[in-house]
Amino acid sequence: MPEHDVLIIGAGLAGQRAALAAAQAGASVAIMSKVHPVRSHSVAAAGGINAAISVDDDWHSHAYDTVKGSDYLGDQDAIEIMCSEAPQEVMDLEHMGVTFHRNEEGEMDLRAFGGASMKRTAYVADITGQALLHVLYEQLMKHHETVARYEEWFATSLLLGEDGLCCGAIAREVRSGHMEAFTAKNVILACGGAGQAYKPTTNGLIVTGDGIAMAYRAGAPLMDMEMVQYHPTTLVETGILITEGARGEGAHLLNAAGERFMEKSAPNKMELASRDVVSRAEQIEIDEGRGVGPDGAGIFLDVSVVPRKRTLEALREIVNLGRDFAGVDITREPIMIRPGQHYIMGGVKTDVDGRTPIEGLYAAGEVACVSVHGGNRLGANSLLDTLIFGRRAGEHAAARAASMAMPGVDANAGLRRDAARIDAILARDRDGGGSASPRRVSEIKSELGETMNRHVAVFRNEQGLQSALETIGRLKEEAERAYVDDRGTVFNQDVLGAIELDFMIDCAETTVVAAIERKESRGAQYRTDFPERNDEQWLKHIDISLGGDGGAGRPHITYSPVTITQWQPEERKY
Amino acid sequence: MAEVYDRPPEKFKLRLRRYDPESGDAPYWDEHTVELEPHRSVLEAVLQAKDRYDGSIGIRCSCRQAICGSCGVRVNGEPALACHTHLDAAKAGAREGVIEVEPMGNMSVIKDLIVDMDAVHWKKIQRVTPWLIAKQPVPEREYIVSKESMVDVTQTMACIQCGACVSDCLAMEVDPGFIGPAALAKAYRFVGDPRDDQQFERLNDLAQDPQGIFDCTHCFKCVEACPKDVNPMGQIMRLRRIATSDHHIVDQNNGERHEAALTGLVRDYGLLHEAELIPRSYGGNSWFAKFHPAAGKELLSSLPTALKGVLRGKIGLKTAVFGHKIPSRDLKAVQSIYDKIESRPERYELNLYIAGEDEQLEKPSGDAVAAAVTHESGGKEPDTTEQGGRA
Ligand SMILES: Cc1cc2nc3c(=O)[nH]c(=O)nc-3n(C[C@H](O)[C@H](O)[C@H](O)COP(=O)(O)OP(=O)(O)OC[C@H]3O[C@@H](n4cnc5c(N)ncnc54)[C@H](O)[C@@H]3O)c2cc1C
Ligand code: SF4
Ligand code: SF4
Ligand code: FES
Repeated sequence: MPEHDVLIIGAGLAGQRAALAAAQAGASVAIMSKVHPVRSHSVAAAGGINAAISVDDDWHSHAYDTVKGSDYLGDQDAIEIMCSEAPQEVMDLEHMGVTFHRNEEGEMDLRAFGGASMKRTAYVADITGQALLHVLYEQLMKHHETVARYEEWFATSLLLGEDGLCCGAIAREVRSGHMEAFTAKNVILACGGAGQAYKPTTNGLIVTGDGIAMAYRAGAPLMDMEMVQYHPTTLVETGILITEGARGEGAHLLNAAGERFMEKSAPNKMELASRDVVSRAEQIEIDEGRGVGPDGAGIFLDVSVVPRKRTLEALREIVNLGRDFAGVDITREPIMIRPGQHYIMGGVKTDVDGRTPIEGLYAAGEVACVSVHGGNRLGANSLLDTLIFGRRAGEHAAARAASMAMPGVDANAGLRRDAARIDAILARDRDGGGSASPRRVSEIKSELGETMNRHVAVFRNEQGLQSALETIGRLKEEAERAYVDDRGTVFNQDVLGAIELDFMIDCAETTVVAAIERKESRGAQYRTDFPERNDEQWLKHIDISLGGDGGAGRPHITYSPVTITQWQPEERKY
Repeated sequence: MAEVYDRPPEKFKLRLRRYDPESGDAPYWDEHTVELEPHRSVLEAVLQAKDRYDGSIGIRCSCRQAICGSCGVRVNGEPALACHTHLDAAKAGAREGVIEVEPMGNMSVIKDLIVDMDAVHWKKIQRVTPWLIAKQPVPEREYIVSKESMVDVTQTMACIQCGACVSDCLAMEVDPGFIGPAALAKAYRFVGDPRDDQQFERLNDLAQDPQGIFDCTHCFKCVEACPKDVNPMGQIMRLRRIATSDHHIVDQNNGERHEAALTGLVRDYGLLHEAELIPRSYGGNSWFAKFHPAAGKELLSSLPTALKGVLRGKIGLKTAVFGHKIPSRDLKAVQSIYDKIESRPERYELNLYIAGEDEQLEKPSGDAVAAAVTHESGGKEPDTTEQGGRA
């Protein structure tokens, strides 16, 4: 049974940054990922990372923009930490080898991004996430003696000691099907978001909310789950993202009449208003019949107004995406986009050191909710979030490990339970053994995603949310009987898909419950039946945990206050 | 552009190479028919078959947009990313219209389309000391380096480690120990980085390794295979040039001398003089080289090959001994190219990453938008849109 000071589940930016920090602090570290680390979805982040590194900039300005972007739901103490530590973090990454784009003077170049009051987004062409992720992986290869890597290992649950402390996890080696219990003094969850609970989404197929669900099942509270970001520019058919960097470089949004409709809702910032604002403006154009395309379901993004040389140099990846996934040369003609699910602001509730209320359990990155993004995340703040809080969690966990002994825990019960769960899935009857005939995992997943995208999207209302909740309840039952074709042990992606479906259903359920609860409009939560922001009643976080008064196995709602340090809520105008 | 969105789904036949390591059976072909719009990807087709008909089909994938590097396979025998290959293009290149999807080559198959990248690809990446060894002292803020240098190494940074180039590398097929295209491209990422302190050490290491930079056979397979325009072969050639021209590294594999001999011969004769190549590669870059003992040994061992060439009429006896002759005017022209290039204060490096930047915009963008908008609202004839997929 492997034993480590710090076990990190997830090897995206948050997980790898945590691993590096913990190893540098002297801890013995294991990092586990269900795919090879460089396949983690952080790789898809295109646009860049925010930091007030320009001499004219000040982290307070970055913090203010973030607070305002969050629609005042972000916790200001956490935002201050993130924004004030950002410049050093970005410099550290530069020193590790990230090939940040330079200006003519050879200094780091910065680009404009939505919701920001000045240019403060550092970038590597439009492969920023990839460059960061690969450079961190270079560092893990360098530190291979102190960081054990468990690549293509799928965590199935967290291990809790008798005292309720978190002391490890159960996982299955994908390649062999072998199940193993990992003991650790601390566990850091860095499993990313839950975008696959939506269809379409900009997120990869592996982004299935595993960490959120594992923590929730272990008793950790989730926070801000109703806050789901729709990105304004995703390809109509596939949901593939066109980075905000495009608008940062000056691209326009046009409706069917060729109008820059952002004039109506954000006359100053235009296309570079916050994402929630832009997505809503687009959806209104579409809903009111001014959309483009065969069903009028799209909006034009016109990059051809950006100088072609600049586009080819700084937006190369989306030139390729346009060509390969939509058949459009974006340097010459507009491309059809629409708002699409992109990011979840909510997640496992943590403090500024990544600690969850369960001792020994940390979370960082998109899986976590510190909360720095509140109701709406600013573009290029998520990579920053993963790195700052990944590092802080790694450092804190290493320090905690140094002061304690390895917890004694009987992992066998957990191991047996998870192995039995997998066996039960494999043994499910294809014809339902008498009762209603079971469905395929893929069908249920598809219905779940479509339901979320219909009712829990840019605009929401009580009726739609209730019907979503009902559907999710049914899907949950169906998922318990869903059958798989693959009965093998080697790379059985089918059975892991069934487990992921359960994880996604938990995420979807808590999202809808929180969205029903919040009877106001703030950030990404826009209720057509409660169209105003209501600070008096709702300037607070919604926390959801399993059990409690909600009844066994049911979500239970509590509230926690928003931390305000220096910025009082104001009306939000762009 | 509406054309792209309007195309109705069509039926496509897929033939998947399957292998179940637990069954004890040999690999086999498995056929499925899927229905998708023609500009959708081969990955989407495989996933449709997996979702609808057989959940046990094994393929690694995540991003669906050619960025995570998971879905390297062979489509109709050629290495590619499944998510980056359009169905219509794949069908056009298919035998009997059936799209064949197989696992990548040069790596052993774990299951179906999943290969063992750790044992080959990642091992080789680890071989090239794949991290920055930063120049000291580390500045307080960022290193001040030229914009061009960062854009330049970003080309190799753009490698998504998909293994498509490794799959069909000819040199690797013959010599599995060859460091290979992806890892050498990764090596350039540090060699070309002005912040790295160990340019010479890295190059010397890769030049002295018999399976290093001089092991590549210039077959271009990796250049064609790469979905990200990393141009691995081009990076290998740059590693060689920097090793030999800038650092004057003379390697034990004779790679440097071979290259010098080759360019020297073309300069002297206007064309390659094959008979002189070996002597010069081993004995030094002059006509007297053939009298060097090392050259003699190498010459003797290559004699059978040369003789075969003469016997089969591939090499004329006269050419074999005296070399090719070209008109002296042409020879002068060739030599003047050398003079011109060698007199440049700095070497020109072609960066293929930023392609087409000097193309002129055909019409002002405002018109393009107006045209597209009218067209969307049902006005004009649709213009045909170029389908950008790769097979
Ligand atoms: C297309 C796109 C573009 C974006 N662009 C930007 C941008 O420009 N700027 C910005 O700031 N943000 C951007 N974002 C958001 C940002 O990329 C993500 O929020 C962030 O990268 C998440 O990082 P992470 O480390 O938390 O998770 P991820 O990178 O998603 O990593 C999750 C890890 O957890 C592992 N894992 C999950 N479940 C399990 C399990 N059960 N067992 C074992 N391992 C598991 C995975 O294998 C993976 O290694 C973008 C997002 C998308 C989708
Ligand atoms: S050009 Fe060289 S590295 Fe590239 S595939 Fe051919 S032999 Fe391999
Ligand atoms: S060089 Fe190209 S083909 Fe080779 S691994 Fe990198 S991205 Fe793939
Ligand atoms: S699925 Fe990510 S590269 Fe194809």
